[in-house]
Amino acid sequence: MIQVRVLVGTRKGAFIFTSDAKRERWEISGPHFAGWEVYHLKGSPVDPNRIYASQSTGWFGQLIQRSDDGGKTWTPVGNDFKYAGVPGTHQWYDGTQHPWEFKRVWHLEPSLTDPDTVYAGVEDAALFKSTDGGQTWRELAGLREVKGNLWQPGGGGLCLHTILLDPRDPQRIYVAISAAGAFRTDDGGQTWRPINQGLKSPYELPDPAAEVGHCVHGMAMHPSRPGVLFMQKHWDVMRSDDAGEMWREVSGNLPSDFGFPIAVHAHEPETIYVVPIKSDSEHFPPEGKLRVYRSRTGGDGWEALTNGLPQRDCYVNVLRDAMAVDTLDPCGIYFGTTGGQVYCSPDGGDQWTTIARDLPPVYSVEVQTLA
Amino acid sequence: MHDADILMIRVILPHHLRTLAGVGREVALEVAPPVTLRAILDALEARYPVLRGTIRDQSTQQRRDFIRFFACGEDWSHESPDAPLPDAVAKGEEPFMVVGAMAGG
Repeated sequence: MIQVRVLVGTRKGAFIFTSDAKRERWEISGPHFAGWEVYHLKGSPVDPNRIYASQSTGWFGQLIQRSDDGGKTWTPVGNDFKYAGVPGTHQWYDGTQHPWEFKRVWHLEPSLTDPDTVYAGVEDAALFKSTDGGQTWRELAGLREVKGNLWQPGGGGLCLHTILLDPRDPQRIYVAISAAGAFRTDDGGQTWRPINQGLKSPYELPDPAAEVGHCVHGMAMHPSRPGVLFMQKHWDVMRSDDAGEMWREVSGNLPSDFGFPIAVHAHEPETIYVVPIKSDSEHFPPEGKLRVYRSRTGGDGWEALTNGLPQRDCYVNVLRDAMAVDTLDPCGIYFGTTGGQVYCSPDGGDQWTTIARDLPPVYSVEVQTLA
Repeated sequence: MHDADILMIRVILPHHLRTLAGVGREVALEVAPPVTLRAILDALEARYPVLRGTIRDQSTQQRRDFIRFFACGEDWSHESPDAPLPDAVAKGEEPFMVVGAMAGG
C-alpha cells in the first residue's frame, strides 16, 4: 500500500505524519526529541526507513539522531563536527575577521545511492560528510577556500542550508549559503567554485554583482533535469539553465519576490512553487494573505494558490526548508509555517488542507513517498 | 590503584541530559582521586558517550555557555577544571550539579 510520510522539524521537537495515497487522514507521532530544536530531518532515498535528524539547543549543543525503522525509534550518532585543519576566519559584523565556530546543523542530505552516506550543512557555513551512517563526520574543506574569508553572517547566521545532489553525476554537488551565495563542485567536494553570475543584490552588497556575498535563501532542481536550477534569493526568484553558470530573474508578476522556500513539482520540471513574503523587514505574507504561487512555465508567469489557505489576518512566515513535494500522481505539495501549521495540497496546489494547526514554529518539512 | 581508592560521586543532570542518557535525576560515578570537574566530566562522558559535546565543547573542552556547575551551594563554573572539588562531593555526601542556565521570561 502506498504511504506518504511527512517529516516535520520544529522549534520544540520533530513530528511525523503518515497517510495513505489519498492524503486526507493523517496520523501523527511526536514530539520526538521534545523540547529540542529540530532544524531538519530527512530520509534516505534508497532506504526510506533510514532517517537522519538534526537535534540541537543553545544549552546542550548539537546531536545527530538516526532512525532505522522509519522514525519509530532513534539512536544518537556522531556529533563531533570539527573543521578541517586550522579553521581560519571569516568576516564579522564589525569588519574584523572572526574564527569559524561550529554552532549547529541546518540541513542533512542523505546520499542518493548509499544509506550510510549523508551530508550535513552547518553554521558557521561548511559542508560535512559521513560515510558510516552519521557516526563520524569529515569536512569537505575545499568549499571554505572559495573566498571564505569574505563570507559574512546575515541575520539568520552564516549557515549552509541547501545541498543538492546531482542524480546523473555523483561528483556534482550544489550548495547554498546565506549571505555567501551558491557554489558547485564537480569532483565530489574536493574543489568548489562560486556560481553566482547573474545574481544582483543592489540593496545588500556594495558591488551588486559580487562573486560571493549574495543571500541565497533556497535552491531546488528536478531530478530529471539536474542542470536546471531554481533559486529563491533574499529578493528575486532566479533560474539557471546551465548548472549555475548564469542566472536570470524569473520573478515576473509575483506580488513580492522576497521569500524563503522554493520547490519543483515531482512530474512537471517547469512547475515551481514559492511563498512570497512581504519584505526583508516584514517577514509575513503580503496583505496578510497566505498564498503559494505556482508557475507552470519555470518562472516569469505566476498564479496565486489560495483555496484552503487563510486569506486574511495571516502573519506567519514559511522558512527555507519548510516546503516539499511527494511523488504521487497528482503531486502533493506541503509546507509548514512559523505559526505551527502544516498544509498539504494533494493536487499540485489547487486545494489545500490543514494537516496540523498548533505545532511549534515549523523549521522544516520533508516528504517520503513509500511504496 | 586499589578499588578502595575509587570514589563514588553523585551527579545531578538537567532534564534534557537525563533523557538523552536514559537515566534518572541522579547518577553515581566512580572517579579516581583527585576529584575535579574534569575528572567527573571525563567519567560521565565515558559512561554515557551520548553526553559528549553537550556539556563542554568536544574540541576546546570549554564549558558550553549556558551550562553551570554547582557544588555545596557554590558556583564552580568559572573555576579551573583541575581544581579539587569539596570533600563532601568527593565522599559522595553532596551531589555535583550540572545545571542548564535559566533563560526566557
